[in-house]
Amino acid sequence: MSLLIKGGQVLDPINKRNGIFDVLIADGKIREIAPEISRELAYEVIDADGKLVVPGLVDMHVHLREPGREDEETIESGTFSAAKGGFTSVACMPNTEPPLDKGPLIEFVKEKALKVGSANVFPIGCVTKGRDGAELAEMAELYSAGAVAFSDDGNSIMRSEVMRRALEYSKIFNAPIIVHEEDKELAADGSMNEGYVSTRLGLKGIPKAAEEVMVARDIVLAQLTGGRLHIAHVTSAGSVDMIRDAKKKGIKVTAEVTPHHLVLTDEAVDGFDTNTKVSPPLRTSKDIEALIEGLKDGTIDTIATDHAPHTREEKETEYDIAPPGMIGLETAFPLVMTYLVRKGHLTVEEVISKMTIEPARILRLDKGTLTIGADADIAIIDPEKEVTLDVKNFASKSRNSPFHGWRLQGIIYMTILSGRVVYRS
Amino acid sequence: MRWKRKDLMGLEELEPWEIELVLDTAEACKGIFSRDIKKLPTLRGKTMVNIFYEPSTRTRTSFEVAGKWMSADVINVSVNTSSVRKGESLRDTLKTIQAVGADVVAIRHSAAGVPHMLGKMLDISVINAGDGAHEHPTQGLLDLLTIREKKGSFEGLKVAIVGDISHSRVAKSNIWGLKKLGAEVTVIGPSTLIPFGIEDMGVKVSYDLDEVIHEVDVVNVLRLQLERQRKGLFPTVREYSKLYGINRDRLKRAKEDLLILHPGPANLGIEITQDACDDPRAAITEQVTNGVAVRMAVLYLVLGGVSDNELIN
Repeated sequence: MSLLIKGGQVLDPINKRNGIFDVLIADGKIREIAPEISRELAYEVIDADGKLVVPGLVDMHVHLREPGREDEETIESGTFSAAKGGFTSVACMPNTEPPLDKGPLIEFVKEKALKVGSANVFPIGCVTKGRDGAELAEMAELYSAGAVAFSDDGNSIMRSEVMRRALEYSKIFNAPIIVHEEDKELAADGSMNEGYVSTRLGLKGIPKAAEEVMVARDIVLAQLTGGRLHIAHVTSAGSVDMIRDAKKKGIKVTAEVTPHHLVLTDEAVDGFDTNTKVSPPLRTSKDIEALIEGLKDGTIDTIATDHAPHTREEKETEYDIAPPGMIGLETAFPLVMTYLVRKGHLTVEEVISKMTIEPARILRLDKGTLTIGADADIAIIDPEKEVTLDVKNFASKSRNSPFHGWRLQGIIYMTILSGRVVYRS
Repeated sequence: MRWKRKDLMGLEELEPWEIELVLDTAEACKGIFSRDIKKLPTLRGKTMVNIFYEPSTRTRTSFEVAGKWMSADVINVSVNTSSVRKGESLRDTLKTIQAVGADVVAIRHSAAGVPHMLGKMLDISVINAGDGAHEHPTQGLLDLLTIREKKGSFEGLKVAIVGDISHSRVAKSNIWGLKKLGAEVTVIGPSTLIPFGIEDMGVKVSYDLDEVIHEVDVVNVLRLQLERQRKGLFPTVREYSKLYGINRDRLKRAKEDLLILHPGPANLGIEITQDACDDPRAAITEQVTNGVAVRMAVLYLVLGGVSDNELIN
């Protein structure tokens, strides 16, 4: 079975390829990339004239909710949502029920994904047993079962000694500890950024300091231990500065930012749409400037969605008790294209690099490239086409997106996983 | 100009003329308070539901009286919040309102934004009777009415709001209303109870009541929620009272024509002493009366009332 993608602009950052090429796929691998490949060689020809042909996107931060919350999302629906968003590889967080703190649970996710998935799934194992921040999980077992990183996700690891040992122990596997940075006491029961808007709306605020004190501590601990620290969804200008300094000192720290923290500010909370409630919260336009600057200069390595499905019942409730999180797999690329590329902040090459090879490098995955012989994981993008987002058309089981009705430019035309078309627009 | 709003959510979104319209209408309503039979036929056949997810005697009674004096059928739903599962309240509320066929609902809730969510889901009028630390528009309006009665106008008036500004919906509604009508507002309280960015609402901030008390025309004293101390926001109630309590000594240094307001119920001896409440400059009783008038006016306007004539006759 062979597939020929004809006449598209092939963009492959790691191989520094950017030009009009044909791409021939055979046996699930990239067979050949050349200016002109004969149609005769292919079973199916995809006309990619005017389109971008890029490595399948990699998202190192999603919640697939299985096992435990299959009403919100399943591995099947979540990976199809990924495919619709142009993602061919996702790393899923272990805050499932039960949490992924044992080898067999990691194996379950991987096997289920192989059976029903429309994307490669790379599970992330827990740092501590039960994600309760007290005792380290059996990381070696998790790692050999297929965990690519460790995280307690939404639970910040408050005990500094535990965090220190986690960073040390994970060196055995050279896998990163992914941290959600939020001091639980400073954040308390806040539900949005602390600032003028929270004052105006009467909602309890979460100061940026809640994130920044943890970023500061963990950078110090990463320096002490030499362990690999990955800071999830950075939101504040102060955090960006600290990460930049840490990188200059050679501390092993990497960082991600979500599309929603790049596009929305706390002003979006006005109106009390619970889909704007996320953790960490939406910040201010000053923070967005710093985040974009961080992306440009390499302080922030990757864009990750933190795709967090919640049911309508869960979200249709009081703002202060609604669960935080929004879905992001099907909105990420058009948002990034519209708000980073069209606005001239980043080039399309830079964006593709931050959504492919960079997350693959952090998780040491053999993904995010169009190298000859690599798995044929490919996204074909229509960069000019405009779309009005409609959550009703999403593949995700959940609908919790504040971007419903937004008009954006740049859509996923087709997604190919190991040579198989998993999504066609 | 005509009132067009279906709901009353807060003073932030009101135009100055809308605020004046409510106050004028409230004044007209007060015309019947001295009558033997305090009943207007205006809302006959209309059903009003009061849903209170937080204990409140004063506001709920005030809404109830306002509705009854305008001949509406009033249904009170008091919800024991301990019996409501978290997150159940919104859907339950909707069902209740739909079941009784209400025309207007006044809702009090501990979570900011609940009236707004209801307002979006329902075609009938929703009145915010206090939502979390967000707004309490009818309280703000009754304070404005009381100030207007005593002071005549707002232009250049110096108003101090004293207490826990962070958690006070009364403070927020007062600030919006007063600023829109031209008053100067200073918020006074311990720095831990002054919220981030409050200056952007156009107010001055002071931590020192004694520096300000002698120059203000109005002091609005907020009720102190005693559990704030347990959360570590100030050291002791005693120290709070020393720094921010309205008492005889402080009133001696205040203007002779100072107006003292308190939304009630007061923690006597903490944010205000009994003799300060009894001071002739205090208008705490009038506030209660004005509360009924303002709520009558709001009910009348959101249900589509047009003119003062129609209201009184």
